[in-house]
Amino acid sequence: MTTSTAKVPAKSAYLAGVRDGLPFVIMLIPFATLFGVVATDAGLTLAQAMGFSVLVIAGASQFAALQMMVENAALPFVMLAALAVNLRMAMYSASLVPYLGAAPLWQRALVSYLNFDQTYITSVTRYEARPEMSVADRVAYFLGVATPITPLWVIMTLVGILAGAAIPDAWALDFIMPIMFLAMVAPMIKSVAHVAAAAASIIVALAFISLPSGTGLLMAAAAAMVTGAVVEIWTEGWRK
Amino acid sequence: MNFSTAEIWFIIAALGAGTFLIRFSFLGLIGDRPMPPIVLRLLRFTPVAVLPGMVAPLVVWPAATGGQPDLVRLLAAGATLAIGFWTRSALWGIGGGVATLYAGLAATAWL
Repeated sequence: MTTSTAKVPAKSAYLAGVRDGLPFVIMLIPFATLFGVVATDAGLTLAQAMGFSVLVIAGASQFAALQMMVENAALPFVMLAALAVNLRMAMYSASLVPYLGAAPLWQRALVSYLNFDQTYITSVTRYEARPEMSVADRVAYFLGVATPITPLWVIMTLVGILAGAAIPDAWALDFIMPIMFLAMVAPMIKSVAHVAAAAASIIVALAFISLPSGTGLLMAAAAAMVTGAVVEIWTEGWRK
Repeated sequence: MNFSTAEIWFIIAALGAGTFLIRFSFLGLIGDRPMPPIVLRLLRFTPVAVLPGMVAPLVVWPAATGGQPDLVRLLAAGATLAIGFWTRSALWGIGGGVATLYAGLAATAWL
């Protein structure tokens, strides 16, 4: 991150986004491939598995939906579980408003379609670090981050479908997603408040694990956000 | 699974539409209006609030071991967090975590 996007055209912001999105390619390859493998294994056709990756593009909820379908849960519960996992994206959507709220509607719609964990976290980190970015640059940067990620997500789903059961269990693909998310969170821990929020999230999520899929996570997220904000206010008070 | 083709396509389409609406909710409908400071403060913690809770059960009770806690996966998770924290880099965290996971699995198979 040596170049500044402050006074350069949107094209540079887009390219900076592409560069910052590239590392995620390494993580998404196993994750998307795994979805293809698991979906085929569960009995979805090629078109159905691809439909998931193109229309939903939300890994965790795709897996959640699949899990509920394999368990033959009632249709409303399949929907509820998968959408509950995605509710965090409403929070992502809200936190982008101060940065992208002034962009044209079609751009906001496009950003919304592409708003998932990796694009959101990468972009917000950049926006926070560079408050001088213009709205056009911010949109360009966001689309840049999504550029290497999104097509690969779809392509690797297809590879997973075709590779099917050829991938041995010994590869432990199941644990790539947890590693991916942990690696994303670790560099974001910047203060005592962040540690407190993460701890609250873990404790509440583990405590309410028996609740229907996604419900415990929502409670954990709410508790963690409040914990983080309260601890942040406390620690600000100490410094005065 | 017992779902008909039509039901499966309904799930895919409805999930796609529902997920888009969730993502579009604030950014599309609320737009440029200023948000109260307390809301902004809460929202800053969103990723740190959501991701640890999502991962914790997968780390403590991995599905691959039938929900039994697994030393190798716990070590890999710890290595990912520690390396990601000290290097401030997601990529190094992933590299360290995956290396620990495979080294641990290889050691387990060999012992």
